[in-house]
Amino acid sequence: MNLTLKVWRQKNAHATGALQSIAAPDVSPDMSFLEMLDVVNERLIGQGEEPIAFDHDCREGICGACSLVIDGVPHGPERGTTTCQLHMRHYQDGAVVTVEPFRAAAFPVLRDLVVDRGAFDRIQAAGGFVSVRTGGAPDANALPIAKSAADLAMDAASCIGCGACVAACKNAAAMLFVGAKVSQFAHLPQGQPERDRRVLQMVAQMDREGFGACTNLYECEAVCPKEIAVRVIAELNRDYRGALLRNED
Amino acid sequence: MHLDAKVPSGPLAEKWERHQFEMKLINPANKRKYSVIVVGSGLAGASAAATLGELGYPVQCFCFQDSPRRAHSIAAQGGINAAKNYQNDGDSVHRLFYDTVKGGDYRAREANVYRLAQLSVNIIDHMTALGVPFAREYGGHLANRSFGGAQVSRTFYARGQTGQQLLLGAYSQLERQIGLGTVQMHPRTEMLDLVIVNGHARGIVTRDLVSGAIQTWAADAVVLATGGYGNVFFLSTNAQGCNVTASWRAHKRGALFANPCYTQIHPTCIPVAGEHQSKLTLMSESLRNDGRVWVPKDKADVAKSPRDLPEEKRDYYLERQYPSFGNLVPRDVASRAAKRVCDEGRGVGPGGLGVYLDFADAIQRLGQAAVADRYGNLFQMYERITAENPYQVPMRIYPAVHYTMGGLWVDYNLMSNVPGLHVIGEANFSDHGANRLGASALMQGLCDGYFVLPYTIGHYFATARQPKVTGTEPEFTAARAEVAARTQRLLDIGGKRSPTSFHKQIGKLVWDHCGMARNRAGLQSALDQIPGVREEFWRNLNVTGDGESYNVALERAGRVADFLEFSELMVKDALDREESCGGHFREEHQTPDGEARRNDEDFTHVAAWEYTGDVSAPRMHKEPLVFDVVHPSQRSYQ
Ligand SMILES: Cc1cc2nc3c(=O)[nH]c(=O)nc-3n(C[C@H](O)[C@H](O)[C@H](O)COP(=O)(O)OP(=O)(O)OC[C@H]3O[C@@H](n4cnc5c(N)ncnc54)[C@H](O)[C@@H]3O)c2cc1C
Ligand code: FES
Repeated sequence: MNLTLKVWRQKNAHATGALQSIAAPDVSPDMSFLEMLDVVNERLIGQGEEPIAFDHDCREGICGACSLVIDGVPHGPERGTTTCQLHMRHYQDGAVVTVEPFRAAAFPVLRDLVVDRGAFDRIQAAGGFVSVRTGGAPDANALPIAKSAADLAMDAASCIGCGACVAACKNAAAMLFVGAKVSQFAHLPQGQPERDRRVLQMVAQMDREGFGACTNLYECEAVCPKEIAVRVIAELNRDYRGALLRNED
Repeated sequence: MHLDAKVPSGPLAEKWERHQFEMKLINPANKRKYSVIVVGSGLAGASAAATLGELGYPVQCFCFQDSPRRAHSIAAQGGINAAKNYQNDGDSVHRLFYDTVKGGDYRAREANVYRLAQLSVNIIDHMTALGVPFAREYGGHLANRSFGGAQVSRTFYARGQTGQQLLLGAYSQLERQIGLGTVQMHPRTEMLDLVIVNGHARGIVTRDLVSGAIQTWAADAVVLATGGYGNVFFLSTNAQGCNVTASWRAHKRGALFANPCYTQIHPTCIPVAGEHQSKLTLMSESLRNDGRVWVPKDKADVAKSPRDLPEEKRDYYLERQYPSFGNLVPRDVASRAAKRVCDEGRGVGPGGLGVYLDFADAIQRLGQAAVADRYGNLFQMYERITAENPYQVPMRIYPAVHYTMGGLWVDYNLMSNVPGLHVIGEANFSDHGANRLGASALMQGLCDGYFVLPYTIGHYFATARQPKVTGTEPEFTAARAEVAARTQRLLDIGGKRSPTSFHKQIGKLVWDHCGMARNRAGLQSALDQIPGVREEFWRNLNVTGDGESYNVALERAGRVADFLEFSELMVKDALDREESCGGHFREEHQTPDGEARRNDEDFTHVAAWEYTGDVSAPRMHKEPLVFDVVHPSQRSYQ
């Protein structure tokens, strides 16, 4: 099939960008969306033009690098799917497909479809951890954890940190991302000693980075490739309010 | 050159403890005077950087992804081994050690492997303490599964995302140190050279992938944790960015490259669908616990629908050939068996390059819900890629390049022959011999980074006594200028072909001649062809754009250039090793029933290659392997 792409091109963080129309001929239905872009890029290089820059690495939906807004939807039309796992069999011959970067004030565009998501790392550094030093841990089975608790923690921990939740939200809120980390540790005994501190510091950093407030529209959940449930936002709010009360002075 | 592995004396089980005591310490107040560069933020790099930071060493950590959390370790699915014996099924440190040495086809260093098995138990404790949500039983204790080639259940897992959860654990510890200021993280920064001053590794040269800035960094030691080189084959299960660049540039500065021909082909991957293919997707080996591998008995039946073939027309060839291990034989054995039946014309799917992995029995025995609970996400991944539903039709799988056992040579302290240059994780050659057992790479990466390197590097500092460097020494200036010139040279060629087209070309060449099965004529022909590809690359490459911006074509071109040099060494090593062992299968050396035949008399050694200034004329050094405890025998999984 033959497609027409409308792709966001932007030379660097300071340049102004624009959508460019690029032909994508001979697309096979077995290609992934990124493989289709590979083929387009090979053509561009052949014509002496610069290839479209986009983030990607694992190409199997786990590293969280790929980050395209396809026809207005982060990661495209398939539910629970990253861009790299989207296949061209979902497209029709002749389709016009718009491809843009994940947009948010806290995610500046670096080039074309590549954005800077360093804000997420800084939120993690502020509190997304259990403070243990290498070397002193007790036997792993010394601390039994109910399977149901471990499963809830794992559901939250499966976040890949891609930022689709932010890109989908009209306030560019990072609540689903932060909630996922807070929830993971809140369900585990290892997370308890730093529970208040963690949520206060992560939320403070989230605000400093310029992410907005939750709209309660749940667009984040709808686009999350790992289908993280908005219950983690409720848990985040609850923990945050509790921590504020407990730590007033 | 004498290769001293520095294995401590004493009984195997006491070596590490004794060595720990004998190593010199740096007192806490002095640690901040010794800085470390850690290149890589996968399991090995993140665990090392975090632990070194905790100890008080100032650390600079680098990765090429936009965040350390995206290192390729994130993609590991199946699990991590540890000799906990929680299942009371007869596991022990000695058994894990023995299985790893045997699985590696007696081409690994005993002392290193024993230490790995000993420390495996600490890893699980530490990762649990960090809040890694490992799978649990209803009683609240950790769950285990049996995995690739082991007869005990010693594999810990977190659904099908073990690598993700372990890496996020190590990453959280790393981020904590970044927040505390002990580690400075440099994402989207690629190491392009190693700087050696006075014979010691003292720094690196990097290129900022966003701005194009080329910069030097000085330190008291350099740690490479840059992963494997499987992408030399172009198609592999590795992430797109995995490369040999850091290792190769260190090699060209004097570090020996050990056993480059030991590459692992994983038996259960989704087969190639077409020319556009950019990577191969692994279907976790844990699937072999419940899935049964088969092809039609008769090649006339390969095009028939698998569900229409009655039992008596199917050949469950692994169960038939290896009755005691069945579908759980090690990877090298399973991969070659698949190749054999496909070579016989009994392969299924496009091009006849596939075998069935069938869950019908498991679904009948356990019910669809139980199968979904174990493998749901893998089944979903398979369906997304192939548009086929594995609950209804058997999966089609085929072997693919997955892991590289070869890597930079290191001694017992994980230091290369270049003083100060330490190499950890998949980037070194140390623990897996000629074949790695499933769930052992995560174990090794974390063991190196958490529990070995942080000790041994202190001993190096305490004994090396090198003067401080500032980064302004002529060695730094010269290395920086070389990197800048090389980058410019790539941009200036102005030819016709893209970097990817060369990558595909070299990948196919090495897959055809140095892949699952190798022979003298094929290897020789690859050796004849590789220099020509390289010559065309430097004449006819087309890199668009400039060096002062985010330039994906330039990034790729640099990596492909290194693969083009490295591939020649890999093929040479394969040609030189006149035996079959583990993942290295030389067709000339097989038993009558097609199994690998080692030549212990002539090849019980590590082949460590030195760069001589001419890529085509490397010099080989041997480290003899001595087996005091395990006696090499013909591996048998029948
Ligand atoms: C699909 C898949 C599944 C797997 N499943 C399992 C499993 O179940 N169990 C198991 O034990 N093993 C498994 N493995 C193997 C295992 O994941 C890897 O061997 C291991 O994670 C490697 O870790 P590492 O830290 O050495 O390197 P990596 O995780 O590859 O990290 C390399 C790091 O180096 C950086 N880097 C590389 N080059 C440069 C450069 N030039 N400049 C700057 N930075 C650089 C990268 O940015 C990255 O941070 C699997 C592998 C694959 C491909
Ligand atoms: S490329 Fe890794 S999630 Fe898409």
